[in-house]
Amino acid sequence: MAFDFPKNFRFADSHEYALFEGDLVRVGISAFAVDQLGDIVFVDLPDVGTVLTRGTSFGSVESVKAVEEMYAPISGEVVQRNDSVLSSPEDLQNDPHGEGWLLLISPAEPAHVEELMDAGSYADKIASN
Amino acid sequence: MLDERPIEASSIQPPQFFHRHIGPTAKDQAQMLAQLGHTDLEDFVQEVIPRDIFDRNPHLGSSIPEGCNESEALEELQAIADKNSPKRSLIGLGYHGTVMPSLIQRHVLENPYWYTAYTPYQAEISQGRLEALFNFQTLISELTGLPIANASLLDEATAAAEAMSLSFAVKRKGQQASRFLVDIDVLPQTLAVLRTRAEPLGIILDISIPSDFNFGDDVFGMFLQLPGKSGQLWDPSFCIAAAHEVNALATVAIDPLAQVLMAPVGELGVDIAIGSAQRFGVPMAFGGPHAAFFATRETFKRLVPGRLIGQSLDKEGQIAFRLALQTREQHIRRDKATSNICTAQVLLAVIASFYAIHHGAEGLELIARRVISLRVKFEDCLRELGYPLELITRFDSIEIYCNQAPKVHELASLAGINLRVLPLGSSVDKSKGFGVSFDEVSNDKELNILCQIVAESIGKKFNPLQNKTVKIEDTFSDVPLRKSRWLKQSVFNIHRSETDLLRYISRLSTKDFSLVHGMIPLGSCTMKLNSAAELAPISWQKFASLHPFAPLEQAEGYLHLFQDLESWLSELTGFAGVSLQPNAGSQGEFAGLLAIRKWHESRNQSYRNICLIPQSAHGTNPASSVMAGMKVISILCDKHGNVDLNDLEIKAREHASDLAALMVTYPSTHGVFEPKIREICELIHSFGGQVYLDGANFNAQVCLCKPGSYGVDVCHLNLHKTFCIPHGGGGPGIGPIAVASHLLPFLPGHPLVQCGGSNSIGAVSASPWGSAGILPISWMYLRMMGIKGLRKASSIALLSANYIASRLSPYYPVLFNGLEGLVAHECILDLRPIKRSSGIEVDDIAKRLMDFGFHAPTVSWPVTGTLMVEPTESESLQEINRFCEAMIAIRAEVDEIIQGESDSTNNPLRLAPHTLSVVTADEWDRPYSRQKAAFPVPALAQNKFWPAVSRIDNAYGDRNLVCTCSVFE
Ligand SMILES: Cc1ncc(COP(=O)(O)O)c(C=O)c1O
Repeated sequence: MAFDFPKNFRFADSHEYALFEGDLVRVGISAFAVDQLGDIVFVDLPDVGTVLTRGTSFGSVESVKAVEEMYAPISGEVVQRNDSVLSSPEDLQNDPHGEGWLLLISPAEPAHVEELMDAGSYADKIASN
Repeated sequence: MLDERPIEASSIQPPQFFHRHIGPTAKDQAQMLAQLGHTDLEDFVQEVIPRDIFDRNPHLGSSIPEGCNESEALEELQAIADKNSPKRSLIGLGYHGTVMPSLIQRHVLENPYWYTAYTPYQAEISQGRLEALFNFQTLISELTGLPIANASLLDEATAAAEAMSLSFAVKRKGQQASRFLVDIDVLPQTLAVLRTRAEPLGIILDISIPSDFNFGDDVFGMFLQLPGKSGQLWDPSFCIAAAHEVNALATVAIDPLAQVLMAPVGELGVDIAIGSAQRFGVPMAFGGPHAAFFATRETFKRLVPGRLIGQSLDKEGQIAFRLALQTREQHIRRDKATSNICTAQVLLAVIASFYAIHHGAEGLELIARRVISLRVKFEDCLRELGYPLELITRFDSIEIYCNQAPKVHELASLAGINLRVLPLGSSVDKSKGFGVSFDEVSNDKELNILCQIVAESIGKKFNPLQNKTVKIEDTFSDVPLRKSRWLKQSVFNIHRSETDLLRYISRLSTKDFSLVHGMIPLGSCTMKLNSAAELAPISWQKFASLHPFAPLEQAEGYLHLFQDLESWLSELTGFAGVSLQPNAGSQGEFAGLLAIRKWHESRNQSYRNICLIPQSAHGTNPASSVMAGMKVISILCDKHGNVDLNDLEIKAREHASDLAALMVTYPSTHGVFEPKIREICELIHSFGGQVYLDGANFNAQVCLCKPGSYGVDVCHLNLHKTFCIPHGGGGPGIGPIAVASHLLPFLPGHPLVQCGGSNSIGAVSASPWGSAGILPISWMYLRMMGIKGLRKASSIALLSANYIASRLSPYYPVLFNGLEGLVAHECILDLRPIKRSSGIEVDDIAKRLMDFGFHAPTVSWPVTGTLMVEPTESESLQEINRFCEAMIAIRAEVDEIIQGESDSTNNPLRLAPHTLSVVTADEWDRPYSRQKAAFPVPALAQNKFWPAVSRIDNAYGDRNLVCTCSVFE
């Protein structure tokens, strides 16, 4: 299956994405990760105000067959949470790069976003596995 | 080759049982060997099993008697049972007399349709027990007033420990807190198990009277027992509020019969309610098996230990049940799981649910009221006689401390009654008090005898009690009572006559595929014969009616049985001793790892806490390690499926200073005998670690090799796999551990009954010998088989698995092979290539097997996208061939898709299973015929098992969790 990764997105090894929105960073998980998980039934996200540390778990996503931790692609404070994916996980399933976003973060170190993979490298990495 | 079945008239002895236990005849065996290029079974077996562990002569020095037939064994066991002299027990403490309605005994407990089924992984052919468990969850939810109830846990004490772990996990997310407040009136066995489970997690138990609880920010949970062991009932509202004040979770252990009349604890604000459903129709059976329950609030549904049955929809939009939120299971969470429970107590939960259906709310209330009225009348009598009776509110139990206690016990004993000896654990002659718990079996006659006893003990004359009516409400002025009608769901109201309930039980049982219908080739589950002779003794009163804390003189038969089993299992495993206490494999793992932990501790090496576990291990292994306070390091497997020795050595060396143990499954979960097992054990020992062997696959080893002799230190056995205890649709089980001599001192003990090692790890189960009541099954098996039969059984298990691997490998690659290209007692068929070429998933094939009249093998474990097949020795060649032919026919259907002859989505695999209503509907718009859908092979015309529902939508059910019946049906 071919995936379309938007050019302005950046990706972590663990399949989370980050994307600038003004001074803030929008975080979600990639369409590839969603495809691997299968039918998503539950998403667990931190409260607004939680401080995340890059590389540590900030929540989990559960499908019928697996439950995976999600790791913060950057450090920062959660300023908004997409509550609609909590009540209808289908949003994440159907549109992971859009409606199915997860968190809006105020980054502690904005430069860290640049250290993530760009869309092309991420696509190559997936293809090579 | 000679047929071993004695057919000549000259054979005087009746044939031994093992000929009936083993499926393939001598002629079949020859044919199966020929398929593998062999002529001799013994030669074949020697090729499968690594030479350096093979036991050539298991007869040598054996203490296991020669096998026999079923009448001989039954006669012998009857003599053992007769050594039990059960008295009527009014001891209480979590175990009570109850009446199992004959209908339930005959049509559930003793019915192989119910007891031979496996855990309902294949929901479409398990709707019967799924519905019964759904009813159980509804019952518990109605009793407790909490919306989420699971489908049973192993016993009340472990349920309490699970509540503690859940509370700990919730609070740990927030802030550091390690104190757990425990009501001093907790049952002693519950306290003992809480202690065992708390210590490795660093939890501190703070035990006191609830009014003295010291709530603080370091408290993560609180545990109350209502009624307490003293019998006292009180309103816990203030305590619950105080717990919530510091953000701690409140757990209450309830008595389900008391809860019938009391306000549901959920309405008082508790977060978790647990307890034992034993007194809902399940015999005491010297301690088990019994179903415990666990109920909680909606918020914690994703943290509920064990299995939860949920409602969903099938493809046709019909309501259907299946296991919900399966990702909660340790299979997937592994070392992140907060519980290791796997096998639970399904059969006993099903029995309790039918008991509640049989009685309905009114019937249960009547029983509860009768118990209370007896208790009130006895209180009156005691008061009149001048006994010092504390002024507290009680349900069914009374405790009295008085000088004449030894006399009371003596007279009771003469009258054939066991009373609770106080203080708990003291002997009768040193006793300072006595306790009485009334139950469903109690009546006025019994009450009169008790009154006579307490009168006579103080030299008074007793006047028979006046027939007075007791107004329940008056005796409960200070505790909240249930106000509204409950159990209004129609299932609990429309089956009041025996005819109706019989038909309901029967209707449910016919929806389930069990060993009654055909083979259940689930890998790692060993679905062998559970013979009628093995099962019969569990209903004998001499086994079923004993209270676990009754004086041991009354249990001599049981003690004899334990001794036999302990010595036989020690011999078979090559170990020095056995503990029968763990109630399932998971509990055995926990107990065995604790023994290792305690051994390190005894050598002043308590810092050893690393547990190495191969990637391929069952999820219970990492979950148990974490519960035992260890840290899990995963070991890679090589391309043959074996433990990667290189990786093992690197990690063992790296952790040379803190290595505690290796947990290894043998033969491996990949279904092969790893040739280097001796080397692996030596390596671990050389770095100071111990070797734990997961004995789930012991059926491949019995009388062929012994873990104790190739370097293992401790292993558990699953008596519900290798030793014929039926799976009961998901429990009961027994997971005894066998240990080398240096670990003997650490075997599990018990707070009230002398058992276990001198430096015991404590109790892991509520009762001293776990599920004693079903041990006669394994005893019968071993007694009837003898060494010869057992060795034959393991050999045929290996032969059958290899025969299947050989027949199916042209159609499905066999993923892993051991020595000489042979597998052990199971084989993994790799379906991933099929998925790549046809889009057909392993689930499609599993569901299609239902149309062919089969239960699927284990799906996607231990490798995703595969099937693991374990035929066991009990399946005949005819049945094995029927399975192989079904698999081959399915392969042909896959090829039709690959070749474009069949649609890629609208095909019999993707749309399997096919129900009767689908194939007989007026409308049929599929490109394949109805005949092909439901009768893909001609033989099915003679014997067709219809799945009750079409393919179930798991995602829908998990997104919209419903786990209790609604009132409006
Ligand atoms: C390899 C293995 N280990 C452990 C277990 C757990 O045993 P139990 O279900 O008795 O707790 C199983 C059960 O299926 C198993 O297959």
